[in-house]
Amino acid sequence: MSSGSDDLKDLYQEVVLEHSKRPRNYRVVEGANHEAAGHNPLCGDQLSVTMKVDGDVIRDIGFQGQGCAISRASASLMTGVVKDKTRAEAEALFEKVHKLVTEGPESVDVEALGKLAVLSGVSEFPARVKCASLAWHTMRAALEGRDEAVSTE
Amino acid sequence: MSTFDVQRVRQDFPLLHQEVRGRPLVYLDSAATAQKPQAVIDAIVRFYQHDNANVHRGVHVLSERATEAYEGARETVRGFLNARDAREIVFVRGTTEAINLVAQTYGRKHVGPGDEILITQMEHHANIVPWKMLCEQTGATLRVIPVDDRGELVLDAVDALLTEKTRILAVTHVSNALGTVNPVKELTRRAHAKGIPVLVDGAQSVTHFPVDVQDLGCDFYALSGHKLFGPTGIGVLYGRLERLEPMPPYQGGGDMILSVTMEKITYNRVPHRFEAGTPNLEGAVGLAAAIRYLQALGLDAIAEHDRALMAYATQALESVPGLRLVGTAREKAGVLSFTLEDIHPHDVGTILDREGICIRTGHHCAQPVMQHFKLPATARASLALYNMREDVDALVRGLHKVREVFR
Repeated sequence: MSSGSDDLKDLYQEVVLEHSKRPRNYRVVEGANHEAAGHNPLCGDQLSVTMKVDGDVIRDIGFQGQGCAISRASASLMTGVVKDKTRAEAEALFEKVHKLVTEGPESVDVEALGKLAVLSGVSEFPARVKCASLAWHTMRAALEGRDEAVSTE
Repeated sequence: MSTFDVQRVRQDFPLLHQEVRGRPLVYLDSAATAQKPQAVIDAIVRFYQHDNANVHRGVHVLSERATEAYEGARETVRGFLNARDAREIVFVRGTTEAINLVAQTYGRKHVGPGDEILITQMEHHANIVPWKMLCEQTGATLRVIPVDDRGELVLDAVDALLTEKTRILAVTHVSNALGTVNPVKELTRRAHAKGIPVLVDGAQSVTHFPVDVQDLGCDFYALSGHKLFGPTGIGVLYGRLERLEPMPPYQGGGDMILSVTMEKITYNRVPHRFEAGTPNLEGAVGLAAAIRYLQALGLDAIAEHDRALMAYATQALESVPGLRLVGTAREKAGVLSFTLEDIHPHDVGTILDREGICIRTGHHCAQPVMQHFKLPATARASLALYNMREDVDALVRGLHKVREVFR
């Protein structure tokens, strides 16, 4: 069993802190044709995702909003990896990330996740799973063209 | 008892003596719910081991004992709040239900289209939503007393907001998000000068200082047992007899009636009219035990301990670089809300948790006041009679650790 301090280091890895401080693609995508808002009512975190989808491919994606380090880093990392992916590929990544943050790194092929692997520490912090998954839920809602804001509750 | 010995008090709270995450527990979340002294736990166990039966109906000895315990608890609460009459004490599930009860009985009877209900910007959702619902049901309008940047009510705005249309003023005694102690006696005086009744949300006040409802003069006072070191699921609505008596019932059922035929129902007298169904007996018994425990320690001694610790904690937190207290009212009780640089409160809470320190993070069910301060969330440490300076010191060390992680 790891100590509390090691868990913290796993959660707040350099890459996570770096992305939370300087999130990538923190913008509204110009000419976006898909968008959705996400909300975590427990902590008040809110974010919006805008996307330009061309046929089956996500050509551009951005996010904006307020949230903790985990939710910002997760959103930032997400925008980096789903760009130029097909809908099916983005959906598959969502599933993997969800498994990673809920069940831990043993449950998925971490190598295949690339940069997203830095989110593996979240699984030790059940109260923070929703922070990590909010952006992904919102991305999926945008892809599906749902009008209603998604909620983690 | 003249001296307050926090180390001795801590011995009365078994939950505090444990390690979490490999460290001694530091519990600074009593504004969410307070821990229970052994006396409360014992009272509940004793009730189930010896006295349990339904109340107000059986002819047998156990029902007599249970009724005595339940009605005895009502008398204990009466004494605690210095109400004139035990009939003014209604047992409910908690502060939330107490406010809903007033909104749906007194409110439905007296509020109509074009009327106004006055609350404040710093209310807990429990003292906003029931009134908003009442407005939607009746066509009344919700008006709001503003808050200044210290987190105090803007008293200059009050008189203009108390109009001939105002049907009730509902205000919290102590803000759960900011710690502000509101001048509810003065507000009651001003409202009463215009014939407007006043409900006070006492969820966060009774734990920190003695409350005398006759001195305050308010019409209704609501509190929760679980924040007062008693069990969950029990709370109190105090209502002045002349207000309660004409009020229609809240829920229908057994115990709240005198007689029922298919043609006609005669409702019971207060307070039973508002207590439909078998009440929360163990809750009332536990709450009474909590009150007796506090009275034995001395309400003034507790208030003095809480005041001194609050002053110590305020100074200690102000020494942490980058920490900003949210809510700096001249009179505060129990609650220290803060932000730390631009670190999100959730991250603060997670790191403190790994140090064994329990605080609350989020909007504290008081989103309108968070919006006033333009914050989605704060971190909140809250103090109770079993907290000591060492708890505050641990918090400060934890906050330095948070800053290290985010450096």
